[in-house]
Amino acid sequence: MTEIIASLREAEKKFFFKQVLTDINLTVNRGEIVGLIGPEESGKTTCLRCLIGMEDLTGGEAHVLNKKMPKLSVLNRIGYMSQETALYETLTAYENMVFFGKLKNLKGRNLKDEIDKKLRLVELQDAGHKAVSKFSNSMKRRLSLAITLLGEPPFIVLDEPTAGIDPKSRIWVWNQLRTFADAGTGIIVATQMMSEAEQCDTAALLMDGKIFAQGKPKKLMDEFNASTIEEVFINKEAVI
Amino acid sequence: MNGIKAIIERLYKSMLKNVKIPVLMILVPLAVLTLMYLVFDVNNNTSIRLGVPDTTNTTFIEGMPDNVEVITYELAPVLETLLDADDLDAFVTIADKSLNITYKNEDPSKTPAVQRAVEKGVQAIENERLERVISALPEEAVLSEMEIETSYLYGHSESTFFEKMFPILTGLLIFFFALLFTSIMLFRERTAGTAERILSTSVRRSGIILGYLTGFGLFMTLQTAIIVLYSIYLLDMNVTGSLAFVFVINILLALSAAAAGIFVSMLANTEFQLMIIILLITVPQIFLSGLIPFVHIGDWFNGIGYGFPLRYAGEALTEVIIKGNGWPYIWNELLALMLFITGFTVLAILKMKKYRRT
Repeated sequence: MTEIIASLREAEKKFFFKQVLTDINLTVNRGEIVGLIGPEESGKTTCLRCLIGMEDLTGGEAHVLNKKMPKLSVLNRIGYMSQETALYETLTAYENMVFFGKLKNLKGRNLKDEIDKKLRLVELQDAGHKAVSKFSNSMKRRLSLAITLLGEPPFIVLDEPTAGIDPKSRIWVWNQLRTFADAGTGIIVATQMMSEAEQCDTAALLMDGKIFAQGKPKKLMDEFNASTIEEVFINKEAVI
Repeated sequence: MNGIKAIIERLYKSMLKNVKIPVLMILVPLAVLTLMYLVFDVNNNTSIRLGVPDTTNTTFIEGMPDNVEVITYELAPVLETLLDADDLDAFVTIADKSLNITYKNEDPSKTPAVQRAVEKGVQAIENERLERVISALPEEAVLSEMEIETSYLYGHSESTFFEKMFPILTGLLIFFFALLFTSIMLFRERTAGTAERILSTSVRRSGIILGYLTGFGLFMTLQTAIIVLYSIYLLDMNVTGSLAFVFVINILLALSAAAAGIFVSMLANTEFQLMIIILLITVPQIFLSGLIPFVHIGDWFNGIGYGFPLRYAGEALTEVIIKGNGWPYIWNELLALMLFITGFTVLAILKMKKYRRT
């Protein structure tokens, strides 16, 4: 049985006269990783922000956890990680997690347990009381992910989670995402690294604000007669 | 309202971790105030060097005020070289019916002081002549001497320009630093992405803004208290009215600056733009808040001052510090300041819609 966690229906977004998104149809099911794949400026971030209701759609609808977005109360059940690591550099990892945990309405014993659990998950349990400014890039990413996961959100939205980190950490991130999906979380990941599309259950290929192909990565490669997703884009650009 | 508390806690943790910035926020205004005090208060009695020929009437020389140093010359010198070489402010020659003054006039603001000094010398000579005439008259013809008694409505005979400036100057410093501090702190949160992360939780926009406003407000209260107490106890400032009013006015002013800072941080796209906006808000207030006497400013231009919070704070502070007035004289200014705070807060909450729709 598949359960829909989030969806965009005929979504359209204009900034003044600039058409940023055109006719986007997208569904994230329970236990599924959806990849939103496209080059820079293709509208990935806007698409994610519209989905979680940070941005208004100019046409169509966004739904998350059976609620029409934008809706403030749903935000605490979404784990959103933006492109920036978004951490307070002078504070320790632990203090960062306390702050954002409190904003997510976690309190007392519950908050403390959640933080310990998530720090262990991202293998930062020994660096909890170190200032973030002393962290490496991939440590910052992992901490950022840990904050995103506070409160066990049933829907996770990640904007370029693997940008600027080493290959080993990248593989680690994708393994973690697969574990969450297996536990029933719905995940959507925006990335410009085409090679990562093959890790997703469904890939949506975005260009100039339009999804030109969507489906299982294997199927897409067959359809465009390519051996990697990179080639799909190159073939597509050649057609245009 | 959970969020408000968390935001305030986080703000103070960050400030304590990077304590250099809050400490500077307090020390720099104190340094500026001290500097202004030294420039405007102590330098009130400018010393004057006056050159005269040695044949000059000694009454003239004795009649000079204390701040004048008289240097006598035997021969009539070449004035152009002498004024510069001996660093004189003026050279005076007195003939029977005329008096010749050559001013150096390098610093025109000094010339009137020289003029007053010379007038005093001339008066001394005239007094002497008069006394000679009077002593020749029979006693009953002499009028008794008139005595002048002076009293002041505000201040005292030793009041300086600094005392007039002081209330508005503290206000200006408090406003400027509050605006600078809040807008840069929040701008950084935007560029670091932490602002977006806060917005991706269910905390209300009004909660976020109020959290920051209260957090900054508490710090501004401390800063204001230190600045005011420093001026009173170390710079010898005289507060005629109630000290409590001085605190209330300055804290309201600081809050209006903090609210403006939060709003303004969302208007700028780069740090440079932010600096320009801050200057755009601060610089006109220097001219329009009463710091510079209004007689020098055109009426229509003067009216623009009422668009800025510092004008109201300056007027209220003058009422309290110099005139010793209370509530009936300042309530409308306090109301204006509160309107500024509410106005900027509402604008900030609305502007934040750009970053999150709900």
